[in-house]
Amino acid sequence: MLRVCLKGANSAARKCLCGNGVPLHPLQQCRSYTSGGSGSSAGKIVAASVLTMGGGVGGTILYANWDPKFRANVEKSIPYSDQVFGLALGPAAPPPVINKPRKVEPVQISSMSEVWKDSKQPKAKEVQRKAEQPDAEGPPAPAPQETLEAAAKCTECEHEPAVKERPEGEVAARLAEQDKAEQDLLTSLSSNLEDALGSTAKVTLQAIGAQEAALQAIAQHTRQLREAMEAEAPPDKKSTQWRVLEDALSERSRSVDEAGAAVLKAKAELDKLRGVIDGAKHLKIAAARPSILAAEENLHSMVVDLDSVVTRVQTAQSEAKIVSQYSELVNEAKAQFQKELNSITPEIQANWKGLTGKLTQDDLNSLIAHAHRRIDQLNRELAEQRVREQIHIDSALEQQKLEDKKALEVAISTALEHNREQMRLEQEKKVEETREVMEAEMRTQLRRQAAAHTDHLRDVLKVQEQELRSEAEEILNSSLMEKETEYRRLTQDQLDSFTLDMNAAYARLKGMEEAIDSHVIAEEEARKAHQLWLSVEALNYTLKTAALNDPTEPLEGAVQAIKESCAEDEFAQALATALPSESLSRGVYSEASLRARFYTIRQLARRVALIDETRNSLYQYFLSYLQAMLLFEKAQEAPPAKLSAEDLDTFKLLSYAAYSLEHGDLELAAKLVNQLKGESRRVAQDWLKEARLTLETKQVVSLLSAYANAVGLGTTMAP
Amino acid sequence: MAEEQGRKWDRCLADSAVKLATGLGVGIVFSVLFFKRRTWPVVFGLGVGLGMGYSNCQQDFRSPYLLHGHMVKEQ
Repeated sequence: MLRVCLKGANSAARKCLCGNGVPLHPLQQCRSYTSGGSGSSAGKIVAASVLTMGGGVGGTILYANWDPKFRANVEKSIPYSDQVFGLALGPAAPPPVINKPRKVEPVQISSMSEVWKDSKQPKAKEVQRKAEQPDAEGPPAPAPQETLEAAAKCTECEHEPAVKERPEGEVAARLAEQDKAEQDLLTSLSSNLEDALGSTAKVTLQAIGAQEAALQAIAQHTRQLREAMEAEAPPDKKSTQWRVLEDALSERSRSVDEAGAAVLKAKAELDKLRGVIDGAKHLKIAAARPSILAAEENLHSMVVDLDSVVTRVQTAQSEAKIVSQYSELVNEAKAQFQKELNSITPEIQANWKGLTGKLTQDDLNSLIAHAHRRIDQLNRELAEQRVREQIHIDSALEQQKLEDKKALEVAISTALEHNREQMRLEQEKKVEETREVMEAEMRTQLRRQAAAHTDHLRDVLKVQEQELRSEAEEILNSSLMEKETEYRRLTQDQLDSFTLDMNAAYARLKGMEEAIDSHVIAEEEARKAHQLWLSVEALNYTLKTAALNDPTEPLEGAVQAIKESCAEDEFAQALATALPSESLSRGVYSEASLRARFYTIRQLARRVALIDETRNSLYQYFLSYLQAMLLFEKAQEAPPAKLSAEDLDTFKLLSYAAYSLEHGDLELAAKLVNQLKGESRRVAQDWLKEARLTLETKQVVSLLSAYANAVGLGTTMAP
Repeated sequence: MAEEQGRKWDRCLADSAVKLATGLGVGIVFSVLFFKRRTWPVVFGLGVGLGMGYSNCQQDFRSPYLLHGHMVKEQ
């Protein structure tokens, strides 16, 4: 982001520079080429770079002012930028996102708070717990109680709408406030405690010091006393010793008094401390408990020390008493001994140690005797003393017992108290430990629960995510499919419509084509029909070309023409092929020629009328000739509609045929001629064949012409 | 076929004439040679000729009704 800003700024700067400097740059370059760089160009470069940098920095700061995330990013990436930003813009707003471990505890707290929202006292307790959990040192604060009350109030008023979920920022802010308040509280408390402890410790130490001093003084005194007793010093030294002793004694008494006063002060301080501790305990802040406990322990130890020191002082005092008594006794004994010694050996001085060289044998003997006597005396005294001792011991024991009892009681009481205190402290410590342990356990359990909760959430989220994803995918797929089907439908519709149009167009085209084709065909047909007709006419004409006695021209050409003209017309083809081959090759005779020929045939048939298979000798021939000469029939006789048996006579038949021929009915004539029998039939066979050919041809031709006419008519009639 | 009769008659007459003449000739020959110029072999010959001609003619005229086998010349 920063780089982008920089780049933007740079490009902007460069653009503005370039915009201004485009005419300059080549000049500059020229100048640099020619004059080797000038100050203005360098100045311009410097100015440009400064402007760019300033622009970049200013842009960054402005954007950071606007976008806190960007500011955070920049602060993360560029060191000391946070200071720059702080200078320019002021401190950053507290980030809405706090660290996770720190988040966990507030979450824990809120959950715990939501769990324990029954009564005020547990609330207060947990408020204090909340106040104490984040353990930190902070600036000093007003009295803990006030702040605690304020904290309690604010946490209480926080807790009253307990269940609803607070936004993170608010929670964090409140927690921060609470933390601060707790910190303040704690620090105040701890400082109070420390102050109290310190003062108490000081005083106690003072007391202890005083006691120690007293002890020392006592010890010194006793030592000196013992020294004084034991050492046999010259009288002036003795007097100095005694003076020193007196000083020591006065000092001892003074120090003892001081110690007593210090002890009293210390005891007062301790009581004060105890009061403070109790007050702190009454405040019931858990985290201060260890410090309270420590303070209590300190207190206890101080008390113990004080007591021990006091007991030591007392023992020392008693020792001193004993020692003083002993010293008195010793002094007495010494004095007595001295007196005795002096009585025995007046010359000898008190100091034994310097005597060894100066003593004579007698002195020694006397000394020894004295010593022996002394020993005897001492033995007696000892025996006496022993006896008395017993009594003394008993009384002393009794006294001692009493005193011991008293002391024991006192000691027991103090020891009990100490023990009680110790036990209480230990119990409290243990309680505290167990509480800590439990709290730690609870914390771990809660953490575990939170972890489980987060895991569960994660799983649920995952499942939900999957579900949602699958749903979304389904929806996506369904919508995709819908869209696809829609699209397909549309394309299909388009295609269909297009196809329809195409089909319609194609159909129309086809129709048009067909119409044209049909027209073409019709025209073709017409043409063909025309051709056919023409060819048929040609055939007719060729038929008419028959000379009188010659057949027509061979019809082959015309038939070929017909065949060509009607190549696909089966009827015509059939008809064309139905023509007898002789007509094609040789042509046919015309009717007139056939008619003409008939007469010769008739003559001949008349002459051989009697000849047939059975009668075919020459005689019969003669006879038939005779008959033909003598028999006269009508030249033409109309044939009846039906031929009877007697009509089958040759002559009659021939007359019928002649009649029909004369009337143009070749067919009937042929039929009649066909009825001839015998030789006359054989004779007429040739003519009959011809007639048949002609008839056939004529029939085919007439059919063809009729067909051609029909076709032509049909084509002309076609739309 | 109409000319057939004509042709047949022509053939017949020609053949008869030939036969007749031949008969005559053979008759004459025989008569001259063997029968001491009597007329009866001439007549006989004529008759034979005539008869042969007649029978040939008849045979010819009957021929359409008779079935003939023809020798096909191998060529």
